[in-house]
Amino acid sequence: MKLVLSPEQRELREAVRGFLRDASPLSKVRQGYDPQVYARLNGELGLSGLIIPEEYGGSGAGMAELAVALEETGAALLPGPFLSTAFTAVAATLVPDKELLTGIAEGRVTATLDETEVLFDGASARGTLPQVLSGMEADVLVAPARTGDGLVMVCVELAGPGVGRGPLETLDLTRGQAKVVLDGAPARALGPAPESGIGDRLCVALAAEQLGVMRAALDAIVAYAKIRVAFGRYIGSYQGVKHKLADMHGKLEQAESIVRYAAWAADESPGELPGAAALAQAYVGRACFEVARDHLLLYGGVGYTWEHDAHLFYKRAKADEVLLGPPRIHRARLADLLEL
Amino acid sequence: MNLVEYRRAARAWLQENAPSDDHPETDAIARAKDFMARLHDAGYSGITWPRRWGGQGLTEAEERAFAAEARDHSLPTYVFSIGLGMTGPTILDRGTDAQRERFLRPLLRGEEIWCQLFSEPGAGSDVAALQTRAVRDGDHWVVNGQKVWTSVAHHADWGLLLARTDVEVPKHKGLTMFVVDMHHPGVTVRPLKDMSGRANFNEVFFDDVTIPDEHRVGEVNDGWSVAVTTLLHERLSISSGVGMGGQKDNPAALEALRTMVDTSDPYVRDQLVELHIRSRALALFNQRLAQETEAGVFPGARGSAAKLLLAELTLFQADLATQLVGPEAVLADHPLSRVIATAPGMALGGGTNEIMRNIVGDRVLGLPPEPRMDKNVPFKDLKVGTQA
Repeated sequence: MKLVLSPEQRELREAVRGFLRDASPLSKVRQGYDPQVYARLNGELGLSGLIIPEEYGGSGAGMAELAVALEETGAALLPGPFLSTAFTAVAATLVPDKELLTGIAEGRVTATLDETEVLFDGASARGTLPQVLSGMEADVLVAPARTGDGLVMVCVELAGPGVGRGPLETLDLTRGQAKVVLDGAPARALGPAPESGIGDRLCVALAAEQLGVMRAALDAIVAYAKIRVAFGRYIGSYQGVKHKLADMHGKLEQAESIVRYAAWAADESPGELPGAAALAQAYVGRACFEVARDHLLLYGGVGYTWEHDAHLFYKRAKADEVLLGPPRIHRARLADLLEL
Repeated sequence: MNLVEYRRAARAWLQENAPSDDHPETDAIARAKDFMARLHDAGYSGITWPRRWGGQGLTEAEERAFAAEARDHSLPTYVFSIGLGMTGPTILDRGTDAQRERFLRPLLRGEEIWCQLFSEPGAGSDVAALQTRAVRDGDHWVVNGQKVWTSVAHHADWGLLLARTDVEVPKHKGLTMFVVDMHHPGVTVRPLKDMSGRANFNEVFFDDVTIPDEHRVGEVNDGWSVAVTTLLHERLSISSGVGMGGQKDNPAALEALRTMVDTSDPYVRDQLVELHIRSRALALFNQRLAQETEAGVFPGARGSAAKLLLAELTLFQADLATQLVGPEAVLADHPLSRVIATAPGMALGGGTNEIMRNIVGDRVLGLPPEPRMDKNVPFKDLKVGTQA
């Protein structure tokens, strides 16, 4: 089991962190998706191809490296389809047709993955997908379809004919969703849907983003507690504040340990992955929201204002907590895996 | 020998030599001492300590490997845990060569038992407010005062004693560390029952007890920095479970608890899942700290976060287990009645949860310290202890 970053992984972290600091500062995230930032993220850092095998133009890295990158994009509250494209890349590496991978690795194609089953007649798809992550920004949608041969994964060009899509107003201002209606949209089968592996890896990837969100929220409120004065002293010197921050730090330490473990399991120990993935969502999803919530509260009234950034973290944390379904499903999964 | 071979050899040795689980009460100390001698002969006592002082000169990696194997056994090392985890490392770090020569090998071989004498009735969390006096008299010191919460003092041969040597200076600046002979006339050890009814710790009284100056650890009035060394070792040894039973025998841990409750009940299932989540989260954090240590990154004050989380988990799981099991959990012969009666101990011993949060806040997060009334006040002018 490997729970600490290698020197190469630390370099990757510094590179992504440094890039996002300049290219996507917090002051910009309310403006939403910036395709130029996305293009540079892939052009300069090759992030979209991180887990894509080298033969398809990627760098052939593992979930451990993807987790490092997602932690940083999470900490920056990066808008746009980076997470949804990473989700799609996870799925696309596990199906027979790899064509999609090259476009993603080259940064030409942004994508999204949805679990809603669509109807597929061999050439076109029909169905209504009520909440597609980054559905307005993604070029391609991958979704499961029931056919005579069982469940297959199909791929649809979202800018093509037979596709209707409209933005949804969502809690999270930094990353949107869309309603997508497929009405005979040309679709291509990527092959049978793998029986397992996709969902678990999405749990791990999302937990990595959540780790970044909670880390950035804690860093922000710790910094504020060192400069904000009340009753003649810094608020961070009061135990009422300090002790809460210490508890938040404990959650962060445990969350990081779980994310490293789950990413390692995805790469090296498939037998442990289901339990590690469910643990990651059950613990990190909740911890991220709690830390984001408490960070907002510790700012006092200013944290409740629209102008302040605290609510951006709070809302991203809540959106992430329920992104892969209600949290109880991860707990139920753990109960099953523990044979309770 | 690589780490895998080392671990395999440790496993084999333990299977051959670890006592069975029958917990004999008679001659427990003699048996424990005998076991320690064999442990040392086999090379598993003082794994990271220098060979010169009786250790093995190996790394944290070997120590962790052995500890991982030892978790599957109930080793009778409890009475040596203060020496191995706290006072020994302190002498190693801060003692003189003569002290290392005299004390460390007998400690590692289980020939001598150690206790630690810091806390007092008037000085718990604020241990630097302690009032036990040591007054210099030629080439020795004379000690008067009282200590409390002293684990294994009733078996101890030596104690690491923090005493006040100057009342004219602020409290942290007038303390000195000593090694005291627990068999010396004037040392009185009185067992102190804890809330579970067992006497695992003691009150210790000192009446004109003399200590030779060569048993002073560190400089005169520099005892606080020595104590900080000891406390750092204490938190690390608690959070990493060194010298402590793991979850193996804990009836409130998931493996045991699931056999006592109705797991078809959805509420029970979800509560057991919560226990699993919290236990795994902390276990993985401890493993990560261990891997960082092996890589040369020392956890320092982050060990206090691990200790805090362990205290919270201990309370949570004892509380949960008794709730789920129901009325029979409160019968004295039910294993959980002991668990719930001892659960608060982890949140108090080795520093309270509030002190751990202060340490994490100040030293890990770098938050501003709380303003203090006692910083520049000579000890003799300071209010200490409990005052109406």
